[in-house]
Amino acid sequence: MSARDKLATPLDVGALRRDFPILSLKIKDKPLIFLDNAASSQMPQAVIDRWVKYRSAQHANIHRAVHYLSETATAEYEKARLKVQAFINAKESRECIFTSGTTDGINLVAQGYGRKFFKAGDEIILTTLEHHSNIVPWQMVADERGAKIRVVPINDRGELLVEDYRKLFNANTKFVAMTHVSNALGTITPVREMIAIAHEHGVPVLVDGAQAAPHLKVDVQDLDCDFYAFSGHKLCGPTGIGVLYGKAALLEKMQPFKGGGDMILSVTFEKTTYAPIPAKFEAGTPPIGEAITLGAAIDYLTAIGIDRVVAHETDLLDYATDQLNRMPGVRLIGTAEKKAAVLSFALDGVHPHDVGSLLNDDGVAIRTGHHCAQPVMQRFKVPATSRASFAFYNTMDEVDALVASIGRVQKLFA
Amino acid sequence: MDSRQLYQEMILEHNKKPRNWGMLGDATHKAEGLNPLCGDHIHLSLKLNGDQVEAVGFEGEACAICKASASMMTVAVKGKSKADAEQMVQEFRDMTTGKLDTAGPHHLGRLTVFSGVSELPTRVKCAILPWHTLHAAFAGSDTASTE
Ligand SMILES: Cc1ncc(COP(=O)(O)O)c(C=O)c1O
Repeated sequence: MSARDKLATPLDVGALRRDFPILSLKIKDKPLIFLDNAASSQMPQAVIDRWVKYRSAQHANIHRAVHYLSETATAEYEKARLKVQAFINAKESRECIFTSGTTDGINLVAQGYGRKFFKAGDEIILTTLEHHSNIVPWQMVADERGAKIRVVPINDRGELLVEDYRKLFNANTKFVAMTHVSNALGTITPVREMIAIAHEHGVPVLVDGAQAAPHLKVDVQDLDCDFYAFSGHKLCGPTGIGVLYGKAALLEKMQPFKGGGDMILSVTFEKTTYAPIPAKFEAGTPPIGEAITLGAAIDYLTAIGIDRVVAHETDLLDYATDQLNRMPGVRLIGTAEKKAAVLSFALDGVHPHDVGSLLNDDGVAIRTGHHCAQPVMQRFKVPATSRASFAFYNTMDEVDALVASIGRVQKLFA
Repeated sequence: MDSRQLYQEMILEHNKKPRNWGMLGDATHKAEGLNPLCGDHIHLSLKLNGDQVEAVGFEGEACAICKASASMMTVAVKGKSKADAEQMVQEFRDMTTGKLDTAGPHHLGRLTVFSGVSELPTRVKCAILPWHTLHAAFAGSDTASTE
């Protein structure tokens, strides 16, 4: 099927759902309605099977021995890297480093790049939309180096103010770290345009792609980002694995984040020579099975077609937005023109924590809290929100169930 | 158990119309309580006359369980001695963690509407926070946290 034909054929969600054993669970005798995909999405059987196959027939340590299993595991691990490369359209596979997740990838850059190149008075630009994992690592290195954090503001819809961003640049600006999609609001940021602006000033950009990779086509060469980090568990893959993409030239001049085995060429007590990338950043035994299983998740998503994922999730989001907008006493938080798969809301007179508990009675799983994005909460002057987040396996009926359940909460608190 | 069973009339009513709302101008003891996971955040002020709780006031931003617990707590401890109030803190804590037999002797009275919370582990902290905060205020420490 050509890409075009694929798009013309909408997803058969009913059939897809049968790929996911967990989706047939009952919660208190009610069908599970899983709307917490932004935290972690579920795994289809094919991906679970890949994990079992690795564990039952392919497991050994990699890069270390000449026996059959080690060679097989090494080959499968490197195959997974090639799948990642194709998935994000990296120029070379050695630019794709396996990490334990987005957080790990961001810390790798903050420590490996920041500690080496930042000095007193330098400035790092972040945005109001960032997850704590794209704030704290930068604060840590800024504190150590005497650098300063500058923050791009947002408007009332939750969109970044690009003109304000432009004005933040000066001779001291050394780095930009920004999200591609906000986990708290769903805003899709104009990341391509903002990277171009940074590059006009010769400043490299790290993109937090944790929420984008599952919901958008990611092309790191088209974006021209310098670094791109994402997590396996939000991509129908396992926990404990993620990817940091970095341009080869930058990765090569950075210092390693962790020292240990597998990341060296030679070691004496006088001097250690580091291995070339990506090994330089993969110290110790990596999560081999997790990387291979992530490769299977990428295969699964690619077979569905990310365009069709986007089309279906956009339908779900538009429908859910429209339904919630019709409910008096419901306020949507985050109404950006461009949004992906996330619906944050507040109910008049009901705290999000009560909403979460009561929805759970109906089998509806959402997330409530600050979503590790306290600056966003402060901007909207709320302590927390309720957040429904969609995946391609969610249905319009599930949106109806969400809406009905919210209605019951309102009635209880009326 | 369904969490819906916890949201009884009395709890919903105290959530909507909290008693002793607002900080005291002449407080002798104050504390702040924070539940970082869900964002419950309350401020509690006490006026002790010798050993007796003469007045108590609270405010904050919290879920219904926390707010109702705080509201009913202020009603329950007003006029009590510090020792009696501390005894209630202990009993409330035991009840919400399933260690108190509410059929046996206790001093919690209507506060037993919160006993069901012991079956909802994610909500125990919400119910207990005001009591931790009361304990902190008595002890003269400024903050209580459920973490
Ligand atoms: C936008 C964003 N960045 C970073 C992270 C951190 O991802 P992880 O916990 O997998 O490292 C998350 C996930 O919660 C996220 O939503």
